[in-house]
Amino acid sequence: MIRVELPPHLRGLARISGEVQLEIPGRATPRSVLDALEARYPMLRGAIRDHVTQERRPFLRFFACGEDLSHEHLDTPLPEAVTSGKEPLLIVGAIAGG
Amino acid sequence: MSKVRVLVGTRKGAFILSADGKREKWDVSGPHFAGWELYHLKGSPVDPNRIYASQSSGWFGQIVQHSNDGGKTWEAVGNKFVYDGVPGTHQWYDGTAHPWEFKRVWHLEPSLTDPDTVYAGVEDAALFLSKDGGQNWQELSGLRGHGSGPHWQPGAGGMCLHSIIQDPGNSERMFIAISAAGAFRTDDAGKTWQPINRGLNSPHIPDPTAEVGHCVHHLAMHSSRPNVLFMQKHWDVLRTDNAGDSWQEISGNLPSDFGFVIDVHAHEPETIYVVPIKSDSEHFTPDGKLRVYRSRTCGNEWEALTKGLPQADCYVNVLRDAMAVDSLDECGVYFGTTGGQVYASADAGDTWAAIVRDFPAVLSVEVQTLQ
Repeated sequence: MIRVELPPHLRGLARISGEVQLEIPGRATPRSVLDALEARYPMLRGAIRDHVTQERRPFLRFFACGEDLSHEHLDTPLPEAVTSGKEPLLIVGAIAGG
Repeated sequence: MSKVRVLVGTRKGAFILSADGKREKWDVSGPHFAGWELYHLKGSPVDPNRIYASQSSGWFGQIVQHSNDGGKTWEAVGNKFVYDGVPGTHQWYDGTAHPWEFKRVWHLEPSLTDPDTVYAGVEDAALFLSKDGGQNWQELSGLRGHGSGPHWQPGAGGMCLHSIIQDPGNSERMFIAISAAGAFRTDDAGKTWQPINRGLNSPHIPDPTAEVGHCVHHLAMHSSRPNVLFMQKHWDVLRTDNAGDSWQEISGNLPSDFGFVIDVHAHEPETIYVVPIKSDSEHFTPDGKLRVYRSRTCGNEWEALTKGLPQADCYVNVLRDAMAVDSLDECGVYFGTTGGQVYASADAGDTWAAIVRDFPAVLSVEVQTLQ
């Protein structure tokens, strides 16, 4: 079970309170987590990664276990602490703007 | 008894203001989509409970919402705006070629006949169409395919397609406008387009009377006279009497011919409204006075409407989609400011009162007249 924390705007968009918990078959990667997240919450499609290029939106970052995973390849396996559910995968919006 | 519903898009969410036909006591609903930019909301003319909303964010991109109950509840629909084919390039601010990139939806225009059909005007400028309530979007790429696309360039706010006007008597004809490319018309339901900018004069561009390149800020039309269009350009207010084949300036005695909004009285097709703004560098009301100007003669002769509006120390802007009229017997006129006020006049502009004063900066105002 993977735990995912979304920024408040996306929790509001998807009408989620608290963490999302996802079952991911096999070794989870950022791509497989996003695929599962968007399958459950279709309104998030395009809000985290581009519809066509699948690239992460520039003002969002992926963090876990105190590490910035944003620049890892989307198919790089997530840390064991994330795949075991001990630590959440954090999808974080940049602190910017007004 | 008739009612009105005012749909307000702001920098930090959407609000819905409702009143009975007297338009004196207002109920305020919102913020909807708090924290998001709401560039535009508009209801279907054939099903007023169907409302479309353009919700966007620099972090999370574009979302489109629709409501089937007049804005009480909302459903996120499709947000996949992909240009048809290889989009190519347009001019950047410095004149270099810049790739076409989707940024946001500026304007949603529901069909005059089908609540599930809606047009979207987007930045970078293009026109999209959905026939399934906003779930799926297809570009009407004949507009960019006109051939002048590589010469279009962004205005200060971006290269946006902001005005979409359907001809109520001719389903094949539609008008759009782009900042800063100009106005265009289709006579075959969007397959092909022609620029309609003859008569526009923009001294700040290399060829002041070029076929394209003009910074058109907004278009308006009265449904009873679909060949007559009104335009607020970066500078100049203009009118065409032949569906855009030629334009004439009607700025007349306005204190500034710069502005963003322009609209037409619901029952008097010769009565039009603008809000003059001081430009080029300031973009707020001249002399600290918020004045709507009304012409009852299709332009040229204008009167200032000031009763109930601040006439000192007021330095706000009124953005291009932030004025609308209702169709009650006594036409109501509404506009919103970057200072967060939404003003209403229940007597065609003679007197004004603020419905709200402390919203986030207002991006758009639309009105629904309900039975």
